[in-house]
Amino acid sequence: MSFETALRCRECGREYPLMPIYSCEFCFGPLEVAYDYDAIREATSRDRIAAGPTTLWRYAELLPCDPAYRVDLGTGFTPLLRADRLARAIGLDTLWLKNDTVNPTWSFKDRVVSVAIARAREFGFEAMACASTGNLANSVAAHAAHAGMAAYVFIPHDLEEGKVVGSAVYGPTLVMVEGSYDDVNRLCSEVAGTRPWAFVNINVRPYYAEGSRTLAFEVAEQLGWRAPDRCVAPMASGSLFTKIWKGFQELHKVGLLDTAPHTRMSGAQAAGSSPIATAFKHGTFNFVPQKPNTIARSLAIGNPADGYYALKVMEETGGGAELATDDEIVAGMRLLAETEGIFAETAGGVTIACLKRLVESGAIRRDEETVAFITGGGLKTIEALADKLTPAVRVPANAAAFDLALAEHRTLVGAGAAGGA
Amino acid sequence: MAKRRVRFTFEPQLIKEPVIYRLGQEFRLVTNIRMADVDEDVGWVVLELEGEPAEIDRGIAWAEQQGVRVDPALGDVVEG
Ligand SMILES: Cc1ncc(COP(=O)(O)O)c(C=O)c1O
Ligand SMILES: [Zn+2]
Repeated sequence: MSFETALRCRECGREYPLMPIYSCEFCFGPLEVAYDYDAIREATSRDRIAAGPTTLWRYAELLPCDPAYRVDLGTGFTPLLRADRLARAIGLDTLWLKNDTVNPTWSFKDRVVSVAIARAREFGFEAMACASTGNLANSVAAHAAHAGMAAYVFIPHDLEEGKVVGSAVYGPTLVMVEGSYDDVNRLCSEVAGTRPWAFVNINVRPYYAEGSRTLAFEVAEQLGWRAPDRCVAPMASGSLFTKIWKGFQELHKVGLLDTAPHTRMSGAQAAGSSPIATAFKHGTFNFVPQKPNTIARSLAIGNPADGYYALKVMEETGGGAELATDDEIVAGMRLLAETEGIFAETAGGVTIACLKRLVESGAIRRDEETVAFITGGGLKTIEALADKLTPAVRVPANAAAFDLALAEHRTLVGAGAAGGA
Repeated sequence: MAKRRVRFTFEPQLIKEPVIYRLGQEFRLVTNIRMADVDEDVGWVVLELEGEPAEIDRGIAWAEQQGVRVDPALGDVVEG
């Protein structure tokens, strides 16, 4: 049983049937899934959810697809970890990390793809497609493989090796597009219009995007059915960011949260691809598209589809946005790993670096209970850390040489870093 | 005939130029404006261009020469 009722234009409110379409014929605004929240309220409960699977399918009533079509690699219900050491390092009382690095293809994209592919199968598509700087490509390829569907995955020609291999291994038709970022965009818009594929971020985008709401559902449930004071999440298209806020609001609408969420939403971008954060700092909703240039390739989107809506969420919640340089991104990755034992990709570095800036500037008060979303795993972007880590102690295999080398190493990096005797 | 939905972004000095009018006059294109917003810093217009694909390409290239930034109407198709 599913409870979606229509697609609704976010600009003019016109409704459309639940089809593989994404844009309003009248005003060209983006379409979003509408639900019968009263029926969901009747169908779901905290107990029912608690008895469900330990994946995002525990929220099936809130997802715009028939779970009978699901392609289940075990996505979601990822750990919410209390991060006291990191909190202390940056000056917060209470910090939680939503660790989405542990999803089946090591990023939160498994959430959106789970919903997209279920809906695509329901529509009768036989092939999945996407255009991606890596994480989405990995997830589409893996889910299509699990479902036995064809996959067409378009990536820029110069991606990190981990992200290329992380798609190729599942055997999709992997298309490495030569040319600029704009060229990839142009080719994919053209191809999407002519092929009978479920293009996850084009013709099934309204369904796909809803998958990110499960992050809010999980955080609220893991906090004992309440919303935090503050969320900090990375932004590329801005979709994830807006859907986390939508998810908290919906939980209240269907009675799973007792009080309306008061969460302030803060978005994080890389300085080299920061159209949304820059617009926020200039106090305008009209962002200027950019040509991305940052080590955070997963966030390198110059013309964000949901940029305007992300800025609206910041205004509505009293949140905001911050940006981080490439050096700060690497420092953020290291800080997260060294204080909490979580190895995130560059997007996680962006989130931690921006969180740090927001606390330092006073934009986030130290007593706000904060959740930071760590959305992708670090092994995909090891290039970013090349020559940036403390070198290993290299020794011949004998104990005396080891003692000597360890002593030297300690004077080099400081006793603290080398750890106890 | 083809249709392409695009977003034009104008820097302040271009906002007063009749770029979209000239697109319709100087190319075999029908221009159809759907959403727009202009403030002091920047203006944008979402519109549909209808015509032969090659003519759409020529029209967009000309607009870019005038200094307009042209993007897909609903944002980038590439994602993270
Ligand atoms: C690891 C990671 N975090 C965050 C994002 C941001 O997602 P969105 O496009 O929804 O803003 C992406 C992808 O785009 C990503 O790959
Ligand atoms: Zn509309």
